[in-house]
Amino acid sequence: MNTATLFGLCASMLIGLGLYGLLTHPHPLRKILALNVIGSGIFLLFGAIAFRGAAAGMNADPVPQALLITGIVVAFSASALAVALLLRLFEVTGDVSLANEDPAAHKDTSKDRPHD
Amino acid sequence: MTESPASLLLVLAVLLPFTGVIFGLLIGGRHVRTVALTTVALGLAVIGGIVWHALGTCSGSGTAIEYVLGGWSPPLGIRLRADGLSVLMLLAVAVVISLVSVYAHADFAPHDSGKETRAPLVFWLMLLAIWGSLNLVFVSGDLFTLYVALELLTFAGVPLVALDGRGETLRAALRYLLFALLGSLLYLLGAVLLYGAYGTLDIQLLSQVVRPEALSWAALALMTVGLLAKTALFPLHIWLPPAHAGAPAAASALLSALVVKGSWFLVLRLWFDVMPNVVTLSAAQLLAALGAAAIIVGNIVALRQLRLKLLIAYSTVAQIGYLFLMFPLAFGLAFAGMDSAPALTGGMLQTISHALAKAAMFLAAGLIYLTLGHDRISDLRGVAQALPMTVTALALAGASLIGLPPSGGFLAKWLLLSAALESGQWWWGAVMLLGGLLTSVYVFIIVVRSLAPAEAGWMPKTRVPQYQQMAVLALALSAFLLGLAALSPVDLVQLGRTPLSLLRGTP
Repeated sequence: MNTATLFGLCASMLIGLGLYGLLTHPHPLRKILALNVIGSGIFLLFGAIAFRGAAAGMNADPVPQALLITGIVVAFSASALAVALLLRLFEVTGDVSLANEDPAAHKDTSKDRPHD
Repeated sequence: MTESPASLLLVLAVLLPFTGVIFGLLIGGRHVRTVALTTVALGLAVIGGIVWHALGTCSGSGTAIEYVLGGWSPPLGIRLRADGLSVLMLLAVAVVISLVSVYAHADFAPHDSGKETRAPLVFWLMLLAIWGSLNLVFVSGDLFTLYVALELLTFAGVPLVALDGRGETLRAALRYLLFALLGSLLYLLGAVLLYGAYGTLDIQLLSQVVRPEALSWAALALMTVGLLAKTALFPLHIWLPPAHAGAPAAASALLSALVVKGSWFLVLRLWFDVMPNVVTLSAAQLLAALGAAAIIVGNIVALRQLRLKLLIAYSTVAQIGYLFLMFPLAFGLAFAGMDSAPALTGGMLQTISHALAKAAMFLAAGLIYLTLGHDRISDLRGVAQALPMTVTALALAGASLIGLPPSGGFLAKWLLLSAALESGQWWWGAVMLLGGLLTSVYVFIIVVRSLAPAEAGWMPKTRVPQYQQMAVLALALSAFLLGLAALSPVDLVQLGRTPLSLLRGTP
């Protein structure tokens, strides 16, 4: 087994683990972490592809690395936004559960004037 | 490479809204509305220039508008490219954005005390950010730029959901964000796999080298499922109704009319432009089957809602279903060696008329809420007395959703129906008709209830400015009169596009 294949397999495992975590854990913080695990898997896979230099038969391909940096920045901002929302949700409601299908929610769900 | 002044307009269409965001953030809360409205006006001029140029080339060379960033041509560089689909979407989004900003002028005014307040600041900045990212989605010619554009669109949409900061809207925003993040990660995974196999992410180069093999199918499946989660196609729609119904009216209009269309447009690009020779008819049928389920379930659930805004949100779930019916119709026609252009045009018209009509309906619901102090469908008495223009707008927008002539919805459904019959797929036609019937039930319920006379001595809670009503009516009228596009002599949709049957290489 060569290095690229090994890294590729690790990447698939990370993606699978992350997906499993995302679907099975009800807690939003765990879901955010699971999304990050999936993200790391994808970045690792991209790294392995760069290493393989599949594109032009080079030793290493610089394009995936350039894209990876952008991808990491995007993933970081996404996690930051999600955690900020989660903290705010906890501040406002004292609870972080994502299930809100209680009948009261259907009674008065719309309010149109913005408040501060 | 043909570089014309119009190519630079593509860059401006993306750059201008984001410049507005930065400028608005620097100048601060009191002037953010002025900055946003100026940017919207300038942006309208830019989009107008692009459309003008596209109409000119339509009768002439018929090539798409292109811009190669920094003079580095693909595969190393990045190309912006606007074909007929992009130009139409740019125009539709510009119209919706500008009318929504006219409406929001009153709702998101700076605070009287002159202090910076959160809601107006966030709203105006996110309005511009949504516009910029949508324009980027429409003009990017490469899969990774599209990924970044999609993420930007999510980051702009999520704050709008949680604009009023109540617990339940925060929860809806978080759920939306989690769905959207999984969606974009799946999309990214597909893009990475494609790069690994073919060594390019440029749409045009990729479409020449991609082969129908296991890896392309896997990549297409991953990317499509990811995008469906963002588009909220049944059964991945559960995040949409609370998110869209909980936001303030102007924000709901942006989210429901525009944001879901960004990821839908990307599915269209993938299936029609990147991998037309990878797509199989059964895959397209599966996509349309999900669409059909969305139409039936969405409409029936909409009928059972007690609140106007939730009803409109579920109606979006149903209308998204229609957007996916075009896939087997276009590919069915192309497989049979017939012209697939009418199906594509029908799908585009459906998107645009839904964008206009849904924005009008959410804004109308916002005005109704202000006037009555609630939006219970069972108690809409007196609305027509207080807001005649708004109820007219609601009826016109509803007529477009149902598909009554001469609305845009009518022309779209007509093109899709004839494509269904021509390609021998009558069942999709039956779904469309059933959907139209269900839609007409709830539109009639709303309109009839709001026409009922008010109790004696009833006074509206708030007086709504006239121009807000006029903005809503303008949106609804554009949706209703869009059907007249059939009279237009130029076929803008096909600008710079290769017919599907040629791309597939089948007779």
